[in-house]
Amino acid sequence: MTENSKLLQPENPVGIIGYGAYVPKYRLPATEVSKVWTDGVGGLPVVEKSVPGIDEDVVTMSIEAARNAMNRARIDVSEVRAVWVGSESHPYAVKPTSTIVAEAIGAVPNTQAADWEFACKAGTEAMVAAMGLVGSKMAKYAIAIGMDTAQGRPGDPLEYTAAAGGAAFVIGPADEALAEIECTYSFVTDTPDFWRRAYQKYPEHGHRFTGEPAYFKHVTEAAKYMLETSETKAEDYAYVVFHQPNAKFPQTVGKQLGFTPEQIKTGLLVSEIGNTYSGAAIIGLTAILDEAKPGDRILMVSYGSGAGSDAMILKVTDQIDDRRKNAPSTRSYISRRKEIDYATYARMRGKLTMK
Amino acid sequence: MDIPRHWRLKKQRYALVGEVCDHCDSKVFPPRDICPDCGEEAKTLYSFSGKGEVYSYTKVFEAPAGFDENAPYTVAMVKLEEGPLVTAQLTDLDESNLEIGMPVEMVTRKLRSATDERGMLVYGYKFRPVMA
Repeated sequence: MTENSKLLQPENPVGIIGYGAYVPKYRLPATEVSKVWTDGVGGLPVVEKSVPGIDEDVVTMSIEAARNAMNRARIDVSEVRAVWVGSESHPYAVKPTSTIVAEAIGAVPNTQAADWEFACKAGTEAMVAAMGLVGSKMAKYAIAIGMDTAQGRPGDPLEYTAAAGGAAFVIGPADEALAEIECTYSFVTDTPDFWRRAYQKYPEHGHRFTGEPAYFKHVTEAAKYMLETSETKAEDYAYVVFHQPNAKFPQTVGKQLGFTPEQIKTGLLVSEIGNTYSGAAIIGLTAILDEAKPGDRILMVSYGSGAGSDAMILKVTDQIDDRRKNAPSTRSYISRRKEIDYATYARMRGKLTMK
Repeated sequence: MDIPRHWRLKKQRYALVGEVCDHCDSKVFPPRDICPDCGEEAKTLYSFSGKGEVYSYTKVFEAPAGFDENAPYTVAMVKLEEGPLVTAQLTDLDESNLEIGMPVEMVTRKLRSATDERGMLVYGYKFRPVMA
């Protein structure tokens, strides 16, 4: 590392002890949205998106991802000292998602529990905080989750992509890790590209303003600083995963940074499941961990509107092969698929006025 | 006021936490502190695996109050691999595959809102077809 580094690095090395993904079963093809709102005319940002079942929300989805992560971690749940859930679709305005998740996995009562919010990077925010808690030896293990059931106004461009899914990670000491997190870097500015005001059902966004000054600026600055400061190059990484609001943005930024389609493709899930918001970059990471080999290096860069990016360098260890079989793969959730039409989607997402 | 009841039942509802009889090793669900097999005290907590199979099922079209948003839905008696029979909704179902004996696994899902849209959310176990 170079001197005067702005990288965030814990004093004691940390890593991912267990990881788990979750994607609901239902899929809404983008053609269903365009059929209703544009007469089927125009390009589509994804093939289809995942839709939560009528009995699913960020609580239930986080519970399943956390159980998968714990099955891979194979640790005593009484040693977990934090359960943190990042999302922009917590079921309650006031009452933590995280206490329900912690109760369901048996992590109560000797634990921190809190909900995080930073648009689409709430999940990596929780991961970075968990790195600090574990890296300072305040705690042996912490669980960080990023999960969303994203909202899209009917007819809005976001309706094609606003999806459901995410991932959970058990963070712990590096010598027990299946992937060490070597360092992280956050790049944050006040950039109003996307927001949802209090009591509003759907978010607003700045259309083209969400591109250059928002997504591309923050992802690029975070990735560039990370590469320069860690004295690594694109070719040093086996895999790279970016926040993926659509199929185009992550591929464009990846190319600009010198990464090949081969490095990007494993973690690029948006065409098949849509934009899972707080879950988007990190569920891509779980798909990578499902196939990575010991020694592989991974670069992950999240993005959250408002705006900021967290970049992370991970190095896979030889404990990966033994752990990953202990929970369903991310691909097995993606292939568990039931297509629905727009009318069913409208009912499942509460878009029909009943009273 | 339902809040204390929902709060008291949370462990069994969220994670199928029942009891095991220290005398005859029977697994007990829902927890009742007395073993239904040998009649002795059974207070040791036991987390069920969540695996089981459909023992019988029916489809509900006229749902009771609080569940109408989910109708129509399928309710099953599920024979847990540890022995007890539990009644629960099935979810994420492909109805063409539904049959007695179908292997299922427990998932924690939203059961209902305790009252209206202002009420607390009630979470609990349902069963889905076992993931391949």
